[in-house]
Amino acid sequence: MLGWLHPSLLLILGALLIPLFSERGRQVYSLALSVAVLGLIISLPQGTFGTFQFLHLELVTGRVDALSLVFAHVFGIMLVIGTIYSVHVKEPLQHVAAYIYAGSALGVVFAGDLVSLYVFWELMAFSSVWLIWARGDRRSWGAGWRYILVHGAGGVLLLTGIILYYVDTGSLAFDVLQDTGPAFVLILLGFMINAAVPPLHAWLSDAYPEATVTGAVFLSAFTTKTAVYTLIRGYPGTELLVWFGAVMTIYGVVYAGLANDIRRLLSYHIISQVGYMVAGVGIGTAIALNGSASHAFTHILYKALLFMGAGAVIHMTGRSKLTELGGIYKYMPMTFLLYMVGAFSISAFPLFSGFVSKTMVIEAAVADGRMAIWMMLTLASAGTFLSVGLKLAYFTFLGQESGLRPREAPGNMLVAMAIAAFLCVFIGVYPAWLYMMLPAPVDYHAYTAKHVLWELQLLLFTGLGFFMLLKHVGGKRKISLDTDWVYRRLGPMLIRGLMIAVRPFPTHVRTRTLLHLERFVDRVFHYHGPDSILARSHPTGTVAFWVVALLMVYLLFYLIYAG
Amino acid sequence: MISEHLPVLQVVVPLIAAPICILLRRDDTAWGLATLATWISFIIAGSMFVEVQSAGALSYALGSWPAPWGIQYLVDPLNAFVLLVVSGVSAVVMLFARDSILDELGRERENLFYCAYLLVFAGLLGVTITHDAFNLFVFLEISSLATYVLIAAGRDRRALVASFQYLIIGTIGATFIVLGVGFLYAMTGTLNMADLADRVRAYDTNPAIIVAYAFLVIGATIKLALFPLHLWLPNAYTFAPSMVSAFLAATATKVGFYVLMRFVFTVFGPEFSFDTLSVGLPLAILAIVGIFATSIVAIFQNDVKRMLAYSSVAQIGYMVLGMSLATTTGVAAGLIHLFNHSLIKAALFCSVGCIVYRLGSSHINSFAGAGRRMPWTMAAFCAGGVSLIGLPMTAGFISKWYIILALLERGWWPIAVLLVVSSILAVIYIWRAVEPAYFREPPADAGPVSEAPLVLLTATWILVFANIWFGIETSLNVGGAFAAAESLLSGYAP
Repeated sequence: MLGWLHPSLLLILGALLIPLFSERGRQVYSLALSVAVLGLIISLPQGTFGTFQFLHLELVTGRVDALSLVFAHVFGIMLVIGTIYSVHVKEPLQHVAAYIYAGSALGVVFAGDLVSLYVFWELMAFSSVWLIWARGDRRSWGAGWRYILVHGAGGVLLLTGIILYYVDTGSLAFDVLQDTGPAFVLILLGFMINAAVPPLHAWLSDAYPEATVTGAVFLSAFTTKTAVYTLIRGYPGTELLVWFGAVMTIYGVVYAGLANDIRRLLSYHIISQVGYMVAGVGIGTAIALNGSASHAFTHILYKALLFMGAGAVIHMTGRSKLTELGGIYKYMPMTFLLYMVGAFSISAFPLFSGFVSKTMVIEAAVADGRMAIWMMLTLASAGTFLSVGLKLAYFTFLGQESGLRPREAPGNMLVAMAIAAFLCVFIGVYPAWLYMMLPAPVDYHAYTAKHVLWELQLLLFTGLGFFMLLKHVGGKRKISLDTDWVYRRLGPMLIRGLMIAVRPFPTHVRTRTLLHLERFVDRVFHYHGPDSILARSHPTGTVAFWVVALLMVYLLFYLIYAG
Repeated sequence: MISEHLPVLQVVVPLIAAPICILLRRDDTAWGLATLATWISFIIAGSMFVEVQSAGALSYALGSWPAPWGIQYLVDPLNAFVLLVVSGVSAVVMLFARDSILDELGRERENLFYCAYLLVFAGLLGVTITHDAFNLFVFLEISSLATYVLIAAGRDRRALVASFQYLIIGTIGATFIVLGVGFLYAMTGTLNMADLADRVRAYDTNPAIIVAYAFLVIGATIKLALFPLHLWLPNAYTFAPSMVSAFLAATATKVGFYVLMRFVFTVFGPEFSFDTLSVGLPLAILAIVGIFATSIVAIFQNDVKRMLAYSSVAQIGYMVLGMSLATTTGVAAGLIHLFNHSLIKAALFCSVGCIVYRLGSSHINSFAGAGRRMPWTMAAFCAGGVSLIGLPMTAGFISKWYIILALLERGWWPIAVLLVVSSILAVIYIWRAVEPAYFREPPADAGPVSEAPLVLLTATWILVFANIWFGIETSLNVGGAFAAAESLLSGYAP
């Protein structure tokens, strides 16, 4: 019926109208818009639409198949949840940015060719950064710039890769990419930056904690998961990704263990959880890809739930450090309960959504005979429960009284969290609903005695360990170094180092070098500056001179040459 | 039937409307008449464009004197395309004109202004449509002389100096063209371009023909403001009224580019120009040097109109570069950029015009805080800037795409890389205006400022939407440009 209407188009154009509404009208409008987009996604028939010729290229903006629909569905659901959660925010900028961001994420998922994929990819980066900047303080300003620079660099890699790929193969279709050398690697790097694969991950844990409370909820859902989608689509069975993914799961957990800011802790868990998906892509069997897709689905919901819980705490208390929080479950019981649903889900408790998807990836590793990978994924699983389910919950909501007396989170936030929590439990109890959507037919049963017992053992012993070592696992006021150190500290240090390094040179060498530099700058100004030769205002004579000069050169050259 | 007289009506309608404007004194009647004449011209250009695409070139003998004796108007794919651009952008800019000109000029001189505008407009259309080399010079002078008046109408007293300066330089250019045409006439005894093209071949590398070529190419180069002969342009655009800057940036230099192409391809022929004289190389060098030199100058400018003027010179470099390749894709790329750049610059100058209307100045400092106080204006400026930089989904991207494609076809990939680098320079100078608008507070002593009037915004946003539209649906600009390029090269390959 509405097969021709692209959900991204509806959402992005609809977003542009948001500033026209008054406060109350905007609330109704954005809810209606998000529900309409979700409805549109649900009603999309499989097939292709939105095909058009552009610069002699055949572009497909709407490729609808099982894989794109899994992601589109959860993006649509997330859009509605995020809208409800942020409906109280007054600045229209944040709403517009969030919707364009979500719309371009949908655009990536539906893109059938690399060019439209690239366009939406860039739009995603440039719209999402406003969710960070909207916080309006110095830290978010800097973090936003670092975010946009990393994604800009990633975009350049991706575009270069796409152009090379087109030159090599003559095709722009976005299916499983052929290994053509540099193009293959460049596109993969572009995707890996967005998937936050270490060591290209630091933008995520740097930027997400600095975003606005509501912005972080959107951010946690889309960027990394579109990257997972593109990896599933383009790079299934790439051996390298198995190891990157497995390392990611551990890496994220370790850094999460060191984090003190609650949203930084959760950010590292995005990296860790995306690791499962990346590993699944690398394994590349049908069950592994199913596992990746379903884990992305469940992950978006429970991670958003966790970010919403943490956001509610920050919103109500104004604090975000484990060391400054504690004992507030009495004042925010609903938030606490709903947060715990998310925590149980991410920890893969049976009957919660994480269990039915994470075990699928782990099972895929076993079925493929990769014991080392299985070991790493399991280990990370234990670490996840440790930091999200126990550490964060304990030091934020339970634990020592911090003297805070916050009120319960506002109604809209609770409703949004409740919807997410319901879906987490629903999928956990009735996984067939999720499995039905997956790209390949599912022959996997989550609830076997083996899976359940193994998982429970793991979790119980983790819990035991936590309470035995309670004194040592709390948040510490310290900074943990990560790879963003390279561009946040190393760059400035190199400059300082350079200053020290030139000191031994004799004075006259240094002054002469400086003189040359100054002269170069002077020359640029001399020719191009505001009062320079090239910018003089009254050069009638100059033009006459140039006219004559050109004419003379021309005549001399051709008349001699012709004669 | 009236339809067979369309080629002459194209010029006659604005030409007759011009003196009538002097007689109209009250209210907006002069503006109304000028707008009406412009829109009629636009409709004529549109219908001729459609007809040329389907039925081939239209020929019109003025006064029924058959060519080559009489003056012939010939509408082929090339000038149908240029006529469409010139009249189309002017039609939109005229919507912008009423409030802006009233604000900057006042009531008394308004009717005289529109008279001069119509003369420029008629002159530009005449240059484009005529197939007679001397008639081309006459129309060029009509439009140039009236242009000096338009520029002198600027509020700033420096506008007078700018206008005088352009008068001197423009006259040198016109003299060169008439000298070139004179040489050709002395040699061949004809002025009709098709006839000239036939006869010039017989002379091969006769010195007189080479001298004529030099005068014509350099004369046209002055008119189109190719580096280093661009020096009249920055002052003219800076001090002219906002509407005039938008109008001239979108049309005058474009017609100059058309004149260059007409002489190089139609009169002398691509074989003579590119094989015998290899004029492609010096043009390409000047274009590339110009792109960089003037883009860097633009970065240092503190007046946004002046910055855009220097950027125009750089953009002309892109067009000439495309043409200098002498391939179908290259020539088409030059023409596509002609089309797109006139939309881009019209949108940008109009949005700056809105700023001038409300804040009285186009200095970068007066942009401070404009993002919040005039959100629609600044959004239009940003959109125009994005198109100028050449991000996907905008017209500017299409231009860059085809220019780079044409360069790669010829294997000039280092130049293609340079072009991508030059886009970064555009990012820098556009950002210099965007940054104060969004990230700086308005000065403390500034009074309350509201958004520009709806009429001005409507005209600006039509141009902005055209930028987006022609960045997505490219059959008109790309299709028209390729048809024109094929007709110009007629099978020539370098």
